[in-house]
Order: sequence, then C-alpha cells, then structure tokens
Amino acid sequence: MRLEVADLAFGYPGKEVGRDVTFDLTGGEVVCLLGPNGGGKTTLFKTILRLLAPRHGRVAVDGQSIAGWARDRLARVFGYVPQAQLGIFPFTVTEIVLMGRTAHIGPFATPSRADRAIAEEMLATLDIGHLAERPYTEISGGERQLTLIARALAQQPAILVMDEPTASLDFGNQVRVLGQIERLADRGIAIMLSTHDPDHAFLCAHRVALLHHGRLARLGRPDEVITAESLREVYGVQVAITPVARADGRTARVCVPALGDGILPAHPGPPS
Amino acid sequence: MTGAARRREATGFLLAGVLLVALVLVAFSVGRYPVSPGQLWALLWAKITGSPSTLPAAMETVVFRVRGPRVLSAIAIGATLAAAGSAYQGLFRNPLVSPDILGVSTGAALGATLGIFFSWGVAGIQGLAFALGLAAVAVVYSVGAALRRHDPILVLVLAGIVIGTLLGSCISLLKYLADPYNQLPAITFWLLGSLSSITVVDLLAILPGVVVGLIPLWLHRWRMNVMTLSEEEALTLGVDTRRVRLTVIAAATLMTAAVVSVSGVIGWIGLLIPHFARLLVGPDFARLLPAAMLLGAGYLVAVDTLARTIAPLEIPLGVLTAFIGAPFFIWLLAVSRRGWQ
Repeated sequence: MRLEVADLAFGYPGKEVGRDVTFDLTGGEVVCLLGPNGGGKTTLFKTILRLLAPRHGRVAVDGQSIAGWARDRLARVFGYVPQAQLGIFPFTVTEIVLMGRTAHIGPFATPSRADRAIAEEMLATLDIGHLAERPYTEISGGERQLTLIARALAQQPAILVMDEPTASLDFGNQVRVLGQIERLADRGIAIMLSTHDPDHAFLCAHRVALLHHGRLARLGRPDEVITAESLREVYGVQVAITPVARADGRTARVCVPALGDGILPAHPGPPS
Repeated sequence: MTGAARRREATGFLLAGVLLVALVLVAFSVGRYPVSPGQLWALLWAKITGSPSTLPAAMETVVFRVRGPRVLSAIAIGATLAAAGSAYQGLFRNPLVSPDILGVSTGAALGATLGIFFSWGVAGIQGLAFALGLAAVAVVYSVGAALRRHDPILVLVLAGIVIGTLLGSCISLLKYLADPYNQLPAITFWLLGSLSSITVVDLLAILPGVVVGLIPLWLHRWRMNVMTLSEEEALTLGVDTRRVRLTVIAAATLMTAAVVSVSGVIGWIGLLIPHFARLLVGPDFARLLPAAMLLGAGYLVAVDTLARTIAPLEIPLGVLTAFIGAPFFIWLLAVSRRGWQ
C-alpha cells in the first residue's frame, strides 16, 4: 500500500492553512510530522483523512484518488488515532476497541465472534488486556491513548495516522507508545504521526517532515531534517544535537536546548 | 464479555421485566372500582376460554374497556418516548437531551392547539399535531444544515431550543386568543398530557408510526454506539454520520410525534428513563434500547395509575412526571460520576 499526497493545499472554508505539500508513504515506513503549534499538522492530517476537503491537489492510495471513496472503504485503509478524548457514555474498553471493527461489518450488523477475537488480540498486542472490562470513562489518559491505538489497529488498516500519540502521556507510556509504533511498522503498516518532541522523531521515524507555516520546510531522514539550524529556523531556539548510546545498544540522537541567550521570539512571522 | 457483566445485564433485564409486569397488575387492580388479582385472572381466563364468567359485567367493562386500553397505551407510549430519548441522547452525545430538544413536542403541541382552536375533530387535531411535530424538526434540521461552519450537534441543539421557544410563543398567542370556556381548558388539558380519554382506536393509530420508527433504531444499534463518539471519530471509523443521523432523527421524531399526537405532551420520560436503563445494562445501544423501553413502559403505567388514583380529581400526567422527574434527575446528577451511567 502506498499513500501519495500531491501538491496538497489544505484548510477550512475561507481560510487556507497550508499548501504545496507533497510526500509519499509506503508500508513499513514511519513518517514523523514535526512543527510548531498552529503549523497545520492536525489540519493536514484531517485533510488526508478527508475529514476536510482538500483545497487543491490530491490524496491517492496505490495511484487511486480517495476523493470519491465511501466512509467505510476509507476506514478499512486508514486507521486514525485522535488525541485522547473523554468519552461521554461508560463503554468498556473492549466495546471501544470493537468499534474499530465497524467498517468491516455490514451497516445493520453487530460485531461477530471473529470481530471480538480481533479486538481481544489488539488489547493483548498493546498489553492492556487487564483493562478489557473497565469503563473507558474511568481509565487514565495514557490508558485511553493505548485503547485508541488498539481501536485503530482493530480496523486492520494499511495506513495508521496518529495525531500526537505521545502528548499527555507520562514518560513510561510515551516510551511504550513509541515502541509500539516501531513494532507496528515492522508488521508492514505505514505510519504517519505528529509530535512536538524531536527526540521522539529520532527514536521512531524513518523520515521526518518539518511543517512550518503550512508548508513542508524540510523532508528527509531524521538526521538530515532535525538539525540545529532547522530547529532554530522553525522554533526559534538554540539546540545542540548529540548522539547518545541507548540502553538497548543502539545509538540515538537527542536535542538539548539552550535556555539562556539566543532564544528568539516564538513563531517568527511567515516569510513575506 | 465476562460472566460478571453478562450476569449484571441479565439481572437488569429481569428487574425491568418483573417491574413492568407488577406495575401492570397493580394498574389493572387499583382505582375507583378495585379488582383483585384473583378476579383479574378469572376474567382473563374466561375471556381466553370463552366460558361464561360469574363476575359482574361492570367489572369486565372496567378491565377490558376502561383500564385495558389505558394500560396498553401507557405501555406503548412510555416505551416509545424512552426509546426516542435513548436515540436522541446517543445521537447528540449529550445525556441531557430528550425528545423535546428538536422541537418535536412543541411542534406537535402547536399543531394540537391549532386544531382545538379551529374546533377540528379528534382526527384533525392528531393529524395536525403529527404534521407540525415533523415540520418543526425539518426546520430545525435545515437550519443546522445551512450553518455548516459550526459543530453540527451544537447547531442542531441550539436551533431546536430557538425554534421550540418560537413555537411556544405561538401556543401562548393561541391560548390568549382562545375561547376561555371551551377551547382554553381543552388546550391546557392537552398540553399537560393525559391518557384518560385514550381509546383502542388511538392506540392502533399510533402503532404504525411507532413500529416504523423502531425498525431503523434497532437496525442501527451498533452504529448508534459509534455515533456517541466525536463526529470525526465516527467518520474515521467508517460511519456515514450524516446518513445515520438523518435516518435516526427521522425515525425517533416519527415515533415521538405519533404518540404525542394522542397523549399530549408528556415530558421527562425520554430524558430520565435512558439514564436508569444505562445504570441497569450499560450504554451498548443493543441492550439500552430494549431496557429503556421496558422501564419507560413501567414508568408511564405507574405514573398514569397514580394520576387517576391519588386524588378525587385526575391529575395531568405532565404535572406528575415533572414532580417525580425533577428530584430524580437531581439525584441522578448527584450519583453520576464523570461518565453517565
């Protein structure tokens, strides 16, 4: 499965948020979208998922435009992990994950035994089997995030879109989610996520897209894109980037910001 | 589902079922002409087997002609309003929403008031109530569809409140203009809701609307669960939210308009009963819908029995449901945790 985003302009009716976005994504690859608040990350995701109509350009899967696809067809290809939200009614975690099966069952059907088995498998994959019968409204924010990932996996999507999956998580859960992303990519799923933390991009991304003022400022390998220069340009802060040995023997780069002189005002205006 | 959850659910249904049967028996027994459970059984047996009964003919009239239609109507109307309330609350992701919210009840009330004002017959009054109930929702929905830049749920609820208030002032105007000796009491009586004059014909008249409305609710029982998530989640999980919302609103409105057109406005059931049903069986719509219908039926049978027995004068249902509903609702608010159970 191959996702192509070509010359995309996106935004809301009457208000353009970004334009000229072109990139592609194939199975097994993790692309991390990095950029300041208000840079258009969520709007770009919503446009790719067709929650918003593109203002220009196209989104295609295996060469076929998704413009005319029915919702259930879209949901069998794209899994979406929104930022964890509070539920209104006390569905159990299992029921929430089962909702991921909706696109696979008929419009008037209810989940079958096989669907339940898939939901249970996803709970086990994310190590949250112990939450199965807990009300979704009463678990912690980190547990809710893991539940939403399990729900997206229950969709058995080829492409997984995750909007800041590590935001609002404690350190341990952040690491667990990043580990999951790596394992899911190993299973052949194409993953696109946004984050505020360049270190997370170093940890899990094959490629990084830097979104600034609605345009792709850079796109490429993490060590090419995340540089002291690009972070100063986009965030207006001074950082040092150094390789550090990880506990698992691999090497990771980390960004260490300077807190004193040299910090520019936040969000310098768009280029005129 | 674990064994514990399954048992809890089974217990919930059993409780609701037993409660309904008990309340129906009480409803048939008590009143100005008391009938004991033994006599009730003897009458029913005689009716089924066709054998002559030794009980007085007046008792047979009371049970089959007077209380029978009334109890059956209370079951049908209570179940319908609770079903519609469950659907609206899920669809609008708001546990404070009820069938009144989209202007259904107020539209139907205006229709009936107009019918009484023009001195139309019973069929005309019901027809007009039904038509204006549906029309009110159509207007509310078009306003919501026209203002597409806002959150669709919020716009619908706000439009419902605005249109409802507007229709309410039209009702006030008609009451002001109505003949104070004949029309005004009839209008007031209807606006407060009552089953005292309901007949088997009324009951048969509302059943098609109720059944036609229930079918789409039941068919969408799984998608209704997904609809309780945010709009974007429901869309990305593969639900055509616009189509489901339109279908379910049309179905729930049809049901509500059908029953309101014969019973008058009976508030609170659609708001209150789904909460109790969720407490008993959880939020899954496949269980919530039947549980809410059982409880709604039992509740209206109980309230209607109270309405005709606690005072020499029959008390309007709208008054009683409000007096019972308001404290119960505050209690619910107090015991509910963050999630609505």
